[in-house]
Amino acid sequence: MAIINHRLTAEQYEQNFSDIHPPFETHNAALVDANRCLFCYDAPCTKSCPTSINIPKFIKQITTDNIKGSAHTIFSSNIFGGGCSKVCPVEKLCEGACVYNLMEEEAIPIAKLQRYSTEKAIAQKWKLFERKPSIGKKVAIVGAGPAGLSCAHVLSREGIDVTVYEKESKGGGLMTYGIAAYKVTPQFCEEEVNYITSLGGIDIKYNQALGEQVTLDELRQNYDAVYLGFGVGLARQLEIPGENMEGVVDALQFIYNIRSKQYKEIPVGDKVAVIGLGMTAIDAATQAKRLGAKEVTIVYRRTEAEKPCTDVELDIAKLDGCNLLWLASPKEVIGKEGKVSQLVCSVMSLGEPDASGRRSPIDTGNTLTLEVDMVIKAAGQIPFEQLVTTHQINNNKGRVTIDSNCATNMEGVFAGGDCVNGGKEVVDAVQAGKDGAAAILEYLATNNTN
Amino acid sequence: MANLSADFLGIKSPNPFWLASAPPTDKKINVLRAFEAGWGGVVWKTLGSQVKNVSSRYSAVDFNGGRVMGFNNIELISDRPLAINLKEIEECIRLFPDRAMIVSLMADNNKESWHELIKQVEATGAHGLELNFGCPHGMTERGMGAAVGQDPEIARMVVEWVMEKATIPVITKLTPNVHSVVPTGKAVVEAGTDALSLINTIQSVTGIDLDTLVPNPNVAGKSVYGGYCGPAVKPIALKMLTTISQNPVTSKVPISGIGGVSNWKDAAEFLLLGASNVQVCTAAMKYGFRIVEDLCEGLSNWMDEKGFATLNDFIGKSVPNITHWEDLDINYHIVANINQDKCIHCGLCYIACEDTSHQSINLNYGNPYNTYTIKEEECNKEKVLNT
Repeated sequence: MAIINHRLTAEQYEQNFSDIHPPFETHNAALVDANRCLFCYDAPCTKSCPTSINIPKFIKQITTDNIKGSAHTIFSSNIFGGGCSKVCPVEKLCEGACVYNLMEEEAIPIAKLQRYSTEKAIAQKWKLFERKPSIGKKVAIVGAGPAGLSCAHVLSREGIDVTVYEKESKGGGLMTYGIAAYKVTPQFCEEEVNYITSLGGIDIKYNQALGEQVTLDELRQNYDAVYLGFGVGLARQLEIPGENMEGVVDALQFIYNIRSKQYKEIPVGDKVAVIGLGMTAIDAATQAKRLGAKEVTIVYRRTEAEKPCTDVELDIAKLDGCNLLWLASPKEVIGKEGKVSQLVCSVMSLGEPDASGRRSPIDTGNTLTLEVDMVIKAAGQIPFEQLVTTHQINNNKGRVTIDSNCATNMEGVFAGGDCVNGGKEVVDAVQAGKDGAAAILEYLATNNTN
Repeated sequence: MANLSADFLGIKSPNPFWLASAPPTDKKINVLRAFEAGWGGVVWKTLGSQVKNVSSRYSAVDFNGGRVMGFNNIELISDRPLAINLKEIEECIRLFPDRAMIVSLMADNNKESWHELIKQVEATGAHGLELNFGCPHGMTERGMGAAVGQDPEIARMVVEWVMEKATIPVITKLTPNVHSVVPTGKAVVEAGTDALSLINTIQSVTGIDLDTLVPNPNVAGKSVYGGYCGPAVKPIALKMLTTISQNPVTSKVPISGIGGVSNWKDAAEFLLLGASNVQVCTAAMKYGFRIVEDLCEGLSNWMDEKGFATLNDFIGKSVPNITHWEDLDINYHIVANINQDKCIHCGLCYIACEDTSHQSINLNYGNPYNTYTIKEEECNKEKVLNT
């Protein structure tokens, strides 16, 4: 057993990481589904979209051959409408609410239709938004992820000059660095970021981490307002013996590597245990399998009924041949010569519901042991607590605290997205960015200080 | 099994489905294939002085993803030599003696031309003639087709010429491009036509290519009004049929119903409004002759369910049910009903009523599903009060 790369042929990598939800191949194919849409009034799909995209309208616009209008409808509500069409868990959002479900019929493939319009717009670089002339106001945004860029786009449209400080060398945030490659490619993420910034008035400065290359004090001095959208990023540690052994990796780091290097360069074990059952755990487990791991076991301390990922996501893992070990909580990593060889788990049972409303796992005192050579930790991400605390930003266990106007405790500093909510979907971050922009616009209008 | 056999002016056919005068009936190979597929009869594509067609001569109207809701043509009468047509008609009759063979005619506008054409066609053994007084394009400019059908007196004159000569049944086909089909219908019945058929195609512009700005069909950058047909025209045809069925003069002769018949239900509707049989074209042009199978099977099953043994048991049965507006029961009210168990919360009833009708549906917001209920007192209110 060993953690090695180059497990597969180039063709196998290509196939394993190809688009899991292929787009419509022809206009007519899109029309067949678009024409099924009933054009609901006060549509449940729109109400189930965190960014409130007018879904019936954009689908109707496909049927009238107004693809530009369709893309504009989507981007007006969600400037990441392209990426969201690929990564949104639509089964629990728009498509889950489609009225066809109530007729026991297939829901309208909203995501696929949204992808149809937005991909055309991005590929053909349609200029769908016009920036108002600069009004001489400057806003700094920390983080070029979905929250930050969504905020930047709204502000720039209103004539604000926006500078975005991004700690990575590319924009897109977790869209670019934290999602399975078979859902959205790094190349698409880059095109999407370029499309968003093609509006003008948005200057992204890369490799600029808050608290390192740039300080919050500087930003507050040099800009009329600051928006914090730096997300979460630290993997939750298991706090068990052996956790620092060679072969134990963070899921986010594992996925980050897959997205920033060639597939063949990424090492993976023969027998891999993935801890957790959120979306990131699924992305890590399926990609470990797709990189050539012989056996992947997802270890989850509760049962399928309490899982945080959606059925659709779990099905991907099942279809990829991942094993599922329910009611098992990691207790200790055991190794040979400093390398992982076993994962010992406590056997759990379900007790009373906890704060999340799900039944909580209780240690039965029994254990079981998995023979593994790699452990991927996907037990959730934690906020940049130290960063937030050192900057004296009010927070709750590292999550930035904001009021109903997206404002932090510091004058002129606003925040939103994962750094506030602790980690939700991309589409939630996009809406947070819009809300933040609206709050900043109001702030700038009423505080005519500069 | 219901008996589908039809008798139109003594012309027998195993079912009431004839192919209308059009491209599907312009030559032997097509007609034989149609008969093999089971069609009861054909009206052979209009014969007259030979013409030349333009090749770009069709266009269609699609609707919400459905193809060919309506169809349009600028084709003229048969562009094949008369002698070949006559020879092929004769052969088709010989090979399928149990099927109806009607020949559509449009002679030049003088008595001698009509008499000569009738003589030649009757020599083939055809069972009947259909006078094309309806073609709305190309021929009208030459004083034929709709130019005849639109003027009752000209139509009367031509029918009189025809009746002097014809020894087989004569059907006169009416144009819908008039404010009412009744005046011409009356005139030709008085002139002696044995039967009527309607409708011919309706003048139309089906659309414009938004790149070239040239209307369809594009003939080297220009277009002309075409004749519209297909499912879109059926409601208009049914209305015109009803006016003929209800007029004391025109209702005396049998009617062959035409206009958007695509399936057995359409056919049943035409028969219920007084047609003795139907003619089909667009549906066959779109799908091929095989559609006759379900035309027959569907009609037969429906007749069995309704207890109609023969076509005559229901022909015209709905004619008395179309009356004058002032004879309607003004106190008859209907109130909308929403079955909450079946409601899928699409909100379409609400928005239609709210924006375009009488604001009679309550909306209770929900997430994501709203609940809709009828305000019965509003829905039932006499709207003439305009409250």
